[in-house]
Amino acid sequence: MTFIGILQIVLYIVVLVALTKPLGAHMARVYQGEKTFLDPLLRPVERFLYRLFGTRETDEMDWKTYAMAVLMFSAAGLVFLYTLQRAQGFLPLNPQAFGAVTPDSSFNTASSFVTNTNWQGYAGETTMSYLTQMLGMTVQNFVSAATGMAVLVAFIRGLTRHNSKLLGNFWVDLTRSTLYILLPLAILVSLLIISQGAVQSLASSTTATLVEPTIDSNGATVTTQTIAVGPAASQVAIKHLGTNGGGFFNANAAHPFESPTPLTDFVLILAESVIAAALCYTFGKMVGDTRQGWAILAAMVVLLVTFMFVAYWAEAKGNPAFAPFGVDQTASDVNPGGNMEGKEVRFGIARSALFATATTATSTGAVNSMHDSYMPMGGFVPLFMMQLGEVVLGGVGSGLYGMLVFVIVAVFIAGLMVGRTPEYLGKKIEPFEMKMAALLILIMPLTVLGMTAFAVVHPEGLKSISNPGAHGFSQVLYAFTSQGNNNGSAFAGLGANTLFYNTLGGLAMLISRFWLAVPTLALAGSLARKKHVPASAGTLPTYSPLFIGWLIAVVLIVGALNFLPGLALGPVVEQVMMK
Amino acid sequence: MFSQLRPALVAFVALAIITGIFYPFTITLIAQLAFPSQANGSLIAQNGTVVGSALIGQHFDDPKYFWSRPSATSPVAFNAGASGGSNLGPTNPALLEQVQARIEALRAADPDNTAPIPVDLVTASASGLDPHISIAAANYQIARVARIRGLDVARVRDLVAQYTEGRTLGVLGEARVNVPQLNLALDGIAGE
Repeated sequence: MTFIGILQIVLYIVVLVALTKPLGAHMARVYQGEKTFLDPLLRPVERFLYRLFGTRETDEMDWKTYAMAVLMFSAAGLVFLYTLQRAQGFLPLNPQAFGAVTPDSSFNTASSFVTNTNWQGYAGETTMSYLTQMLGMTVQNFVSAATGMAVLVAFIRGLTRHNSKLLGNFWVDLTRSTLYILLPLAILVSLLIISQGAVQSLASSTTATLVEPTIDSNGATVTTQTIAVGPAASQVAIKHLGTNGGGFFNANAAHPFESPTPLTDFVLILAESVIAAALCYTFGKMVGDTRQGWAILAAMVVLLVTFMFVAYWAEAKGNPAFAPFGVDQTASDVNPGGNMEGKEVRFGIARSALFATATTATSTGAVNSMHDSYMPMGGFVPLFMMQLGEVVLGGVGSGLYGMLVFVIVAVFIAGLMVGRTPEYLGKKIEPFEMKMAALLILIMPLTVLGMTAFAVVHPEGLKSISNPGAHGFSQVLYAFTSQGNNNGSAFAGLGANTLFYNTLGGLAMLISRFWLAVPTLALAGSLARKKHVPASAGTLPTYSPLFIGWLIAVVLIVGALNFLPGLALGPVVEQVMMK
Repeated sequence: MFSQLRPALVAFVALAIITGIFYPFTITLIAQLAFPSQANGSLIAQNGTVVGSALIGQHFDDPKYFWSRPSATSPVAFNAGASGGSNLGPTNPALLEQVQARIEALRAADPDNTAPIPVDLVTASASGLDPHISIAAANYQIARVARIRGLDVARVRDLVAQYTEGRTLGVLGEARVNVPQLNLALDGIAGE
């Protein structure tokens, strides 16, 4: 680890926290229907859209209607994206003349993008037409993120309202998330990365004459290089902002046309975490006590930074197996050092470890380095970040509502310990809330571990493993952890584009998104109906440093209890074997 | 129960038009007008032919060129139509074999050079298209390239410095040398 490397992590955290308040305050205005600086431009568009949808801004929904709206809208997206991939061969904007995507891959990819996962069994530049990338992937990058944000806002309303059945209007929350938050930021980030060298073109690939001819694996001489381009930057911007993560190119944000410089890397890491962080402030603002939001953000940032340093430390040490061959793995001003397999020189070790941790702490899943080639403890970090349930920042919206469930559990356990009725933000936590919270926490490990266990005893599951030994098990565990938490990153050596993995993974993604969103809304509905309990001397303050520490402990204990046995079989064994 | 079906369909179509057509086309238009070179792949042209991209690496194994990092793309290294890494795990014997083979190739091209080899020169990049090597990896190769081309070491060193980029703002990322541009410049000297 070098001083500059540590400085890059510190710089990221400082900028992230500095942006939290201004963006969070803007989002609070957006969700509370207040005036924003974008109103003159967007208000007319917004009004026109509501007329088109046949909804009125003042028409509010109870939790069941809200959930139904979420499900219907997502179902429409799922059917459309599946059809688009199957039909792309007959549609325009397909300069490479790609044919239809297979049915199982189309199902997996449609589930993946609608659930904000962006797991990719396919390679973008050799599979998807420009039309599919724009009208399929890019659209879902926006609306699946906006859906997560809408569910969060409904949940917050459940906490702030009393004796009410209503949680807001999904169509309004969805539209405002897209128009006032995601779209302006996406335009900004797109143009910034294009200025640095990210590509944005509708032309087919370019052919270059190689400086030195080379020989391919069949022994044929190759004198040209086919350089794939495309409308990449517009998709890259929103895949980070919306914590989606699905790359335009197979190598994702490691591809020089997605992220050409360290500056674009910095911007993309910031983009994938800034909305999730700022939503904590929005939450505080909406519940009328910003300390509540800062406390949650503090818990998230402590976990994030801790694991960033673990990953950085593990990767900076390099691979001990290379040592006998006279390979120089010592970091200096002229040598990135460390474990450079599957990493880019312009990013080096610190930015790769920073990215790997941020992309899995948030549910983004984009990569700027190949996690499969990480050292055992370096690969443990992204795996464990996902296994915490995508609540360390997490997905936009979904991360915070997941964390709020952990807050409720933390309040409940604390209440049991001192023998008082647990309450949070003036709401009594009762059996129904705890049932929903338990359901929300248990579904994910059940899906992930159940499917992993099934895959490692099924011949179809074993066939796709590409690395021998404990690392091979980690590949399968990573695949279902990623899909079962709507992350989307991979130990990409696993040959996941098979009927077996596409189908099972597609189901994991649908379960973890919608089986969690619906109980979350039910919880919100139940909270909204309660009356306000004024704070008393016995109320546990949920913003003190003590509570922040307690929340971190609860998140870690639940995550560790569920997954330590699985982790012991994968990265831990591999680490022990290295010595 | 199905009262939300109509708004769901209409909202999907309307938002798809805004985010899937209006947004990417607007960005493409602005990009093509304001940043045409970057938006089309930062291509390098020489005498009217495109000889590569400043952002995409190429494979070199002639000792007179600076070698790039290993690339795991198939069927040919630096296949810019199908990016990707090796995805070999750190304990995979295949990784060790590959690293050993790369070390042997580097040593064979420059038998007198006994310096330790910088790690980026023997490990495959994430994209398989990394156009850069570290300064250490360039330094390792300077003597070889100079000798074979019959150039002054100082001259080659200057050229390397010319295609070296430092950390952004002195902090972000790593210092790096652009291999395709450096090799094109070397060929340019030969033609003088």
